Amino acid sequence: MLLRPLWGGGTPGAPRLGGAPPASGDPGRLGRSLTGAFFLAPALFMVGVWLVYPTVYTIVRSFFGPNGFVGSWVGVHNYKTLFTTSTLTTAIKNNAIWVAVVPALVVALGLIFAVLTERVRWAVAFKTAIFLPMAISAFATGVTWRIMYQQDPGVGAINALAKSISGVFSPAGVLSQAFPSTSALQATPGGGLELKAPLAPGGVARLGLVGMPVSGVPKGAVQAVLPTAHPGQIVGVVWRDFSPGGKPGVVDKGELGLPGVTVQLETAAGKTVKSTTAKPDGTFDFTGVAPGSYRAAIGARTFAKPFGGFSWLGPDLITPSLLIAYIWIWAGFAMVVIGAGLAAMPRDVLEAARTDGASEWQVFRRVTVPLLAPVLSVVFVTMIINVLKVFDLVISLAPESVQSNANVIALAMWRTAFGGENDFGTGSAIAVFLFLLVLPVLALNVRRFKREA
Amino acid sequence: MALAAPAIEMPAPRERAAAKAVRVMTKAPLRVFLVVLGLLWLVPTFGLFITSILPQSTLATQGWWQIFSKPSLATWSNYHALLHNQGLISALETTAYIAVGNTVLVVVLGAMAGYALAWLEFPGRDWLFIGIVGLLVVPLQMALIPMFRLYDSVGIYGTVFSIILFHVGFGLPFAIFLLRNFFVGIPKDILESARIDGANELLIFVRLMLPLGLPAIASLAIFQFLWTWNDLIVSLTFGVQPITVWIFGQLREFGTSIDVIAPASFISLVVPLCVFFAFQRYFVQGLLAGSVK
Repeated sequence: MLLRPLWGGGTPGAPRLGGAPPASGDPGRLGRSLTGAFFLAPALFMVGVWLVYPTVYTIVRSFFGPNGFVGSWVGVHNYKTLFTTSTLTTAIKNNAIWVAVVPALVVALGLIFAVLTERVRWAVAFKTAIFLPMAISAFATGVTWRIMYQQDPGVGAINALAKSISGVFSPAGVLSQAFPSTSALQATPGGGLELKAPLAPGGVARLGLVGMPVSGVPKGAVQAVLPTAHPGQIVGVVWRDFSPGGKPGVVDKGELGLPGVTVQLETAAGKTVKSTTAKPDGTFDFTGVAPGSYRAAIGARTFAKPFGGFSWLGPDLITPSLLIAYIWIWAGFAMVVIGAGLAAMPRDVLEAARTDGASEWQVFRRVTVPLLAPVLSVVFVTMIINVLKVFDLVISLAPESVQSNANVIALAMWRTAFGGENDFGTGSAIAVFLFLLVLPVLALNVRRFKREA
Repeated sequence: MALAAPAIEMPAPRERAAAKAVRVMTKAPLRVFLVVLGLLWLVPTFGLFITSILPQSTLATQGWWQIFSKPSLATWSNYHALLHNQGLISALETTAYIAVGNTVLVVVLGAMAGYALAWLEFPGRDWLFIGIVGLLVVPLQMALIPMFRLYDSVGIYGTVFSIILFHVGFGLPFAIFLLRNFFVGIPKDILESARIDGANELLIFVRLMLPLGLPAIASLAIFQFLWTWNDLIVSLTFGVQPITVWIFGQLREFGTSIDVIAPASFISLVVPLCVFFAFQRYFVQGLLAGSVK
């Protein structure tokens, strides 16, 4: 299906129909017809059996039930099914999204690429890179992008990129998971932990945490130390409160401090007055604390989850993911066709506009685009047809579990008729529906040819 | 080899050195942009290739770009294993039979019909051509169910032959459209003098039309070849296993079979890519003939 855009349309410069001269040495009407038949018959036979007959068959078949022609006339029931079954309406809705998004974006990208590369001499390399996906099967493209879209940022390239971007704005916390070791600590609404008992200057905060593997302890941690209190200061320790034979809430031998943990000193009203991070032995101190009642808390930032990756292949994002891959394929097609249109444009018109003082943007907007309009519309219409028939990319890129979410009309037809249900009645109705959607283009083609004739 | 027709050369107005410097400087960001974008466009294909030369154990936990820091991870063992995989070898053979067989048939039958529609006089000719042009838009989904029944009752379901015929049927409207339009543009005099010399139509077709029509025939052959080499849906429906269908069968176990899927996919790309690079000009010509020209 990939390389099928070319039903295209008329060739403006092509010779007119009926251009053949009367042959000299005329063998007579019958003879000429026989010669014509000899040349045409094989092709007409193939087209008749593989295109005309099936078209008629499928249209008739769509009015019968799943069990064949005998005694199963169901009228328009299959068409009702098409518009009432949720997997099929999803397919229609998705295809509507495809039609709304892809042709416009492909034409826009193709136009931009074509205009940008027009005057750049080494642009051939760029054009080849953009055009390359056209030679690759839609099926292999699906495999290719499935590798790109893997959810684990360690494996999927796109999520790895997303992770490195998100890491700048919201870095992962030093502890991915931890629980309080005693009931002295409680969770805060914001996702952190705080001591239940208030502290006054001269107090010592013990923030014991468990539930993390040794590998989860931040790098550089050493034996935890319980600091001694000083007047005017609030000191404390945050540590991994777990060791064989150790007691919860007590800093035992073999228990490591948790460096890098953010500790906040909050007023009774919950306002953060001071903030610090724990040293390698887990100790921290707040100096110069005014008299009053405070709470020690571990900030939520400490427990911020690392970026887990967008679920590109999940049910919510699968259609956008497919659209991106599809545009990646077809931008090159639009670029080449529009580029050829651009090259054929009368230069003097552009130069005249520039001489008259038009800016490059004005030239583009007022001269180039209007002159290119016929080419742009051909690409646009071609893309609508392609998008309506899209199949290979969806079936190869979307994992089976989300194919119902990613469904499109051509895939729905195949799944209904051959993917287990084996309902040829409804399958035929879907095929006819698809045919009806592309039919206006047929009318367009025929009209153009008749005009040329 | 240019992808698009070269821009018409303008007589370059004389530029002062300063103006030229300004022009070069303003172009620098554009160049950087194009280079970055071009490389970005290549990343997925490149990623597929790198994935295909990494062991499965690595791919389970690491992305393919790790190869930049650890080039020693690369191995041809995936490909070695595939070369001894009988399933893949026979799938490749099937693909080749289908692609070559139907392309030859489409070219021959399409050229004959195109010639008849361009240069032979008979009643209803133009209507016939319009009818064939109309058939260009028929989605192949329209033929899957009836041909499934027909193949089954005739007894050719599951044969390479049945796939070839299906591709020929659906390839012919475009073939006829393209070749007829090309043939009709061949100068009348050449044909008439041949006819006056007493050459019959078959001789004219073989000796004149086919050689003169070679550029269009090349475009058509490349398209038909690529299209059918890359086909999935037809073979999948009619129970034949070319490379696409073979890989499709492995997709269910995407994570664990990636060491098979990635190299097999890349192998399936190599032939179309070679054809594309070797015949880029014809490829683009066909593209333009089909759309705007």
